[in-house]
Amino acid sequence: MTNSNPYSPHTDADRAAMLKRVGIKSVDELLTAIPKDALRPKLGLPAGMSEIEVQTHLEALAARNRPAGAGPFFIGGPVQRRYIPAAVPVLALRGEFLTAYTPYQPEVSQGTLQAVFEYQSLLSELLAMDVVNSSMYDGSTAVAEAAFMAVRTTGRKKVVVAREVFYQFRDTLRTYAQGPGLEVREVPTRDLVANAEGAACLIVQHPDSFGALVDVRPIAEAAHAAGGLCVQVTEPHASALLEPPGGLGADIAVGEGQPLGIPMSLGGPHLGIFAAREALVRQMPGRIVGETKDARGTRGFVNTLQTREQHIRREKATSNICTNEALAAITAAAYLALMGPTGLRAAARTGVAKAHALAARLSSVPGCAVALDGPFFDRFQLRTPVPGRDLKHALAKENVLVDDGLHHEERDGIVIQCTEMTSDSDADALVSAVERITAGTRETVAAR
Amino acid sequence: MTAIRTQVVPDSGVKTAAPALEPLLSEIHEAGRAGRHVRGSEDADALIPNEFRRRASLDLPEITEPQVVRHFTHLAQLNYAVDTGMYPLGSCTMKYNPKVNDRIAALAGFAEIHPRQDDDTIQGALRLMFELQELLAKLTGMDAATLQPAAGAHAEFTALLVFKAYHSKRGDAARRRRVIVPDTAHGTNPASAAMCGYTVTTVKSDSRGNIDLASLKAALGDDVVGLMLTNPNTLGLFEERLREVCDAVHNAGGLVYGDGANMNALLGVARPGDLGFDCIHINVHKTFSTPHGAGGPGAGPLCVKAKLEPFLPHPRITRDTDGSYRRGPTPPDSIGRVRSFFGNFGVLVRAYTYMRTLGEEGLAEASNDAILAANYLLAQLRDSYDVAFDRPCMHEFVLSASRQRKQGASALDVAKALIDEGFHPPTVYFPLVVPEALMIEPTETEPRETLDAFAAAMVRVAERAKTDPASVKAAPLHAPLARLDEVSAARYPRLRWQRPT
Ligand SMILES: Cc1ncc(COP(=O)(O)O)c(C=O)c1O
Repeated sequence: MTNSNPYSPHTDADRAAMLKRVGIKSVDELLTAIPKDALRPKLGLPAGMSEIEVQTHLEALAARNRPAGAGPFFIGGPVQRRYIPAAVPVLALRGEFLTAYTPYQPEVSQGTLQAVFEYQSLLSELLAMDVVNSSMYDGSTAVAEAAFMAVRTTGRKKVVVAREVFYQFRDTLRTYAQGPGLEVREVPTRDLVANAEGAACLIVQHPDSFGALVDVRPIAEAAHAAGGLCVQVTEPHASALLEPPGGLGADIAVGEGQPLGIPMSLGGPHLGIFAAREALVRQMPGRIVGETKDARGTRGFVNTLQTREQHIRREKATSNICTNEALAAITAAAYLALMGPTGLRAAARTGVAKAHALAARLSSVPGCAVALDGPFFDRFQLRTPVPGRDLKHALAKENVLVDDGLHHEERDGIVIQCTEMTSDSDADALVSAVERITAGTRETVAAR
Repeated sequence: MTAIRTQVVPDSGVKTAAPALEPLLSEIHEAGRAGRHVRGSEDADALIPNEFRRRASLDLPEITEPQVVRHFTHLAQLNYAVDTGMYPLGSCTMKYNPKVNDRIAALAGFAEIHPRQDDDTIQGALRLMFELQELLAKLTGMDAATLQPAAGAHAEFTALLVFKAYHSKRGDAARRRRVIVPDTAHGTNPASAAMCGYTVTTVKSDSRGNIDLASLKAALGDDVVGLMLTNPNTLGLFEERLREVCDAVHNAGGLVYGDGANMNALLGVARPGDLGFDCIHINVHKTFSTPHGAGGPGAGPLCVKAKLEPFLPHPRITRDTDGSYRRGPTPPDSIGRVRSFFGNFGVLVRAYTYMRTLGEEGLAEASNDAILAANYLLAQLRDSYDVAFDRPCMHEFVLSASRQRKQGASALDVAKALIDEGFHPPTVYFPLVVPEALMIEPTETEPRETLDAFAAAMVRVAERAKTDPASVKAAPLHAPLARLDEVSAARYPRLRWQRPT
């Protein structure tokens, strides 16, 4: 056999020596349990490539995608284009983190364990929540797991979710709910309070998917008064400037952690943030790192409260999660350490300032208006004289990327997300493109 | 030998309450030192109504970049990883993670694209995912694939929802409430079944390490959703009566779920689709060399037979007649989405790169070498440890340290002693059916001399268990830390940094 696998260390002499030691002539002698007719099928896969060929092939594929930096870019929501300090990937992608497994052997995994403990500590401070787990798959599965946790805690089977929660999160929640057969009721945020009765939890998002600030306190109070929990969907940068979930009465705080130094990568891998009050810790899903000491009295860290987990409790576990997004948690820790409170606030403030400046400019375009009644954060929905979808496509033709509807039946328009990456010239380009396109369509409509 | 740091570094321990390998970020903090990566004017605060503004303090540590870099570098040096040494963790397939995969995933055209962009602006990414769906289907002998699940366990849950939808379409969902798993199953299997609202029936293994066919048949009935089966199973053994097992489940109206965690034994060796499975997930963070990231991210594509395709989560990628790629429309019977967006795209890019690098022959060679390496190690260790089920293994095998346990050193002690020998320990105490289990998976990327060194270390530890078990119990002595007190960690949980009082 020649080496078709470039990462194989085995020479033919190695293989011969190994076969000899095993006492066989060919590996096929070990495969007698496999039905003969199924053994060694032709797969019809392409032949292998050299590293240079594969690099060239994939660079060509990558070149057929339009990266965020290649022009004005205002798409956001759970996934945001944020500035990533140069040191973040250098640290988080070190081989010792990148190529380790889950820290099953704490004596040789203190790097992972302490870094994840740092993540838990930083997020706990940012969200003002008692306990943060090591990560869920993403923001959407964190929402679904929060609902499951509320159901376990309260013994109720109905969850009520605001329609202004990101649609991807609501969709995922509805899919998960098919498992145990939960009732999921979607209502406008303003109707959450009226629907608290009998609910395991009220799920509210602040700032909501359109960017609006939401008064969470009365919602949390209503949930508590009815014997349920309050789950708040939050965003890490917003928590730097807004009163965090822990101060608003949330029992569980969840969200998408991608904006914390993780590349957008078409939606994954990202970071599901999951935090809860201390009293609920034994109902939490996922891995949690705790502090302890070693036999010599030196501080160390271990995966703890493992009797919640699948490898110990099997069908009685709080979740099936095993592989999670630990490297994303380590990335977020490095990001927060580098940004510090000042940098995090600065990034958040810049998004807020740019969004408000843009909202004012776009509102003066005839037919356009900010589609929110109250205050907003760093994104906003714009009502436009043309359907949002059409405007999104027309803008894309001019290389200006925005988002349209968020699958909310009653609200059409485009959604503009700003961050510290939004440049003034991008904003100018957006405003003039919107002016041009909407004026053009008004003329076509008038001419008809 | 390991490259991990074992000494306390010179500038650590400065402000920690207890002796520590490395201070925590909050212990390095010094007010006024924060980084200057982004500047922003406080004027923006006026745009936020007073009642919404953060009143809680925000005591995140303030540290400058050079310190942060040293901190995380020091932490990294405390880790054992594939990049530092052999990692024979059974069931985890800790093969070498090629660097070109990482570089490609970091290209701006892949890393800096947003999932809400129009299809027209991400044609290269959609094509990559479309081709990956096809490659995976061909490799597993299935008809369709979804790339959405984020990991193996997520794929299990997804598949059980698909099963539920399938039975429901046939008007058969109400009575089918029970999932069967063998006693060798990974913990995620029963946990996924429970998340689906199902009860779990565990079926025992027979004397050759197969699922016991008679017990399986006895457990089957018209209330069964399906069977979750890992093959080769978690003993590293190929199920000898696999087709009869699958037939029995199908005859009872059930479906067979393939847990593909052990797919590294089967590349080009056999296709699960030819063996009776209705679907199979793939842990690309095992089989397709994507780095495990200290606990994730992974990706768990799910490949299915045509009869299950209508129920798969959306979006899935389709190709138009003009050769362009699209997120396909949501099929009416789809279970919905199981997460935001497409899946762990950055991981999938790495898996695709790996598959294209190795190609059909390279992949087949990888499995061949993985099987050979496992049997080679088994041959060297069979005299020193008990072999749980003594027949040729596939890509991994399970030993028992029962003999050593009687001598005074448990499987855990053996594992810790291996750390002192410079190796990451095998998986211990899994599968549950083997007492004092040591589950060893060398993979195809360890050179023969490393395999020999590992075997020699295992043999030395077995010798020590015989002659000086106390020394084995005292291990590790040469790791960054000695054994940790996990009991008090759980009894008095300290789950975040707290200001010393
Ligand atoms: C046999 C088996 N099944 C399922 C899983 C779960 O896969 P994941 O960790 O990707 O969720 C694992 C991995 O840990 C496994 O070894």
